[in-house]
Amino acid sequence: MHPATSVILFNTFSGLGFGLLFWLGMGALVPTGMSAFIWFAIAYLFAVGGLIASTFHLGHPERAIKAFSQWKTSWLSREGVCAVFALIAMAIYGAGLVFAGTQLTLIGIVGGLASLGVVFTTSMIYAQMKTVPRWRHWTTPAMYLTLSIGGGALMSGQVGIASVLFIIGGALQIFAWVSGDGRFSASGTTMESATGLGHIGKVRAFEPPHTGTNYLMREFIHQVGRKHAQQLRIITIGLAFVLPVIFMLLPAGGHIFPALAVLSHVAGVLTLRWLFFAQAEHVVGLYYGKR
Amino acid sequence: MTQLPPPSAKKLGLVIDLDTCVGCHACVVSCKGWNTENYGAPLSDQQAYGADPSGTFLNRVHSFEVQPEQGAAQLIHFPKSCLHCEDAPCVTVCPTGASYKRSEDGIVLVNESDCIGCGLCAWACPYGARELDAKEGVMKKCTLCVDRIYNENLPEEDRQPACVRTCPSGARHFGDLGDEDSDVSKLVAERGGFDLMPEQGTKPVNKYLPPRPKDEMPEFDILAPYLEPIASDGKGFVGWLDKALSSLPGGAK
Repeated sequence: MHPATSVILFNTFSGLGFGLLFWLGMGALVPTGMSAFIWFAIAYLFAVGGLIASTFHLGHPERAIKAFSQWKTSWLSREGVCAVFALIAMAIYGAGLVFAGTQLTLIGIVGGLASLGVVFTTSMIYAQMKTVPRWRHWTTPAMYLTLSIGGGALMSGQVGIASVLFIIGGALQIFAWVSGDGRFSASGTTMESATGLGHIGKVRAFEPPHTGTNYLMREFIHQVGRKHAQQLRIITIGLAFVLPVIFMLLPAGGHIFPALAVLSHVAGVLTLRWLFFAQAEHVVGLYYGKR
Repeated sequence: MTQLPPPSAKKLGLVIDLDTCVGCHACVVSCKGWNTENYGAPLSDQQAYGADPSGTFLNRVHSFEVQPEQGAAQLIHFPKSCLHCEDAPCVTVCPTGASYKRSEDGIVLVNESDCIGCGLCAWACPYGARELDAKEGVMKKCTLCVDRIYNENLPEEDRQPACVRTCPSGARHFGDLGDEDSDVSKLVAERGGFDLMPEQGTKPVNKYLPPRPKDEMPEFDILAPYLEPIASDGKGFVGWLDKALSSLPGGAK
């Protein structure tokens, strides 16, 4: 799959933003006044910034309002509904803390859970795709949720919880990669089933429909950069999980180490998301003799 | 609405004969022509005469080489367009309701004024039947020429999809695959028509007919006796020459 910059930015930063909103809503930290304003501003910057980035890949972003209508069947629509609900609930909760210094506990919990709902519905957009066997697995939502809750814990300075979640996240990501590598061949979709010609013999793509490229090949067949996948996986684990845990466990030295932990984690998650798309193979590639 | 309607009795679709398709791409051209000038946004091209040409097509013809365990490889031309699936995954993923399946005849269409161009339906389609138009930013797909097949302004023989109407080798057939007695359904039954990627669970309406087995080599040939290698009997001058040349160092035995 084509690793679109806007979608990678959305997945990374919205994940972190909604993760932070989750912890704020759960009352893991209860700032008030100006301090609360800064916490909520950071969370909204990440969450909403990511959402806005995601609209850059749309052909007609001005019609985005229509995307709230089909929540009965579409995970993308559900994500939109969930995001608006979570952002409104958390805005009310945040306003209570900033302006009145009161904690509207119930609204916070509802908004916090809805924030996780946004991350879950996002992950299901990918996990529902039967056409991309690597994504169609429980590890996809599990990774999205772990990254979001872990990243939110890191941003909110909860060293213990963040460390545990990052260790779980690293292990889970390695499992997702290793198990995902064989999922395309295990899916049973082959050039023979794609063409229905397997009863005659082995099928090979002889000539593509056009000499040039096309939308399908640009969007679904991404082979550039896959050759570095193994190195990038090691870099991802190091940056996203190992280094932040080390930085967090170092004896407190002001804001330097926490800031380094966040920077390293963000860089690692950006790489992780890039791999998530670049390594995902869509079955339509079989018609072009490619993966 | 992007909820799929209950299966319709009428299932309009195509039957594509891989035995008779000659790979001329006439269906590709007629499809592009009709659908650029009619229903919905035109099918744009980018740098059509430039170094890196690319464009939107609703129908593309691939060519595959199939190598049996024994004997010669076969070249099979393979036109591919929307299969108007009964369980169309492209419809249910659509967040706006732009993508829909008609309850009356099963045709899968895009309401372009509702399409936000998110591309999710193209992700969900295993067949590559949907292409996002680079100029219009909306999703394009085969309409089964819905603006021809019911069009009473056209002569009756033209009320079929442009690709079917133009195919010079009769490799494309259009009809109601929900009706067991229709010509297309009989053709599918006779020739063993099959689904593409049945394991994806999309239940395509369009069917493909397999290439017929190749003719066997003839058992006898009246010219064969006259064309046999003349030196095989090893008599006379030719026989002597054969032996003499073979006895030379490096000569063929």
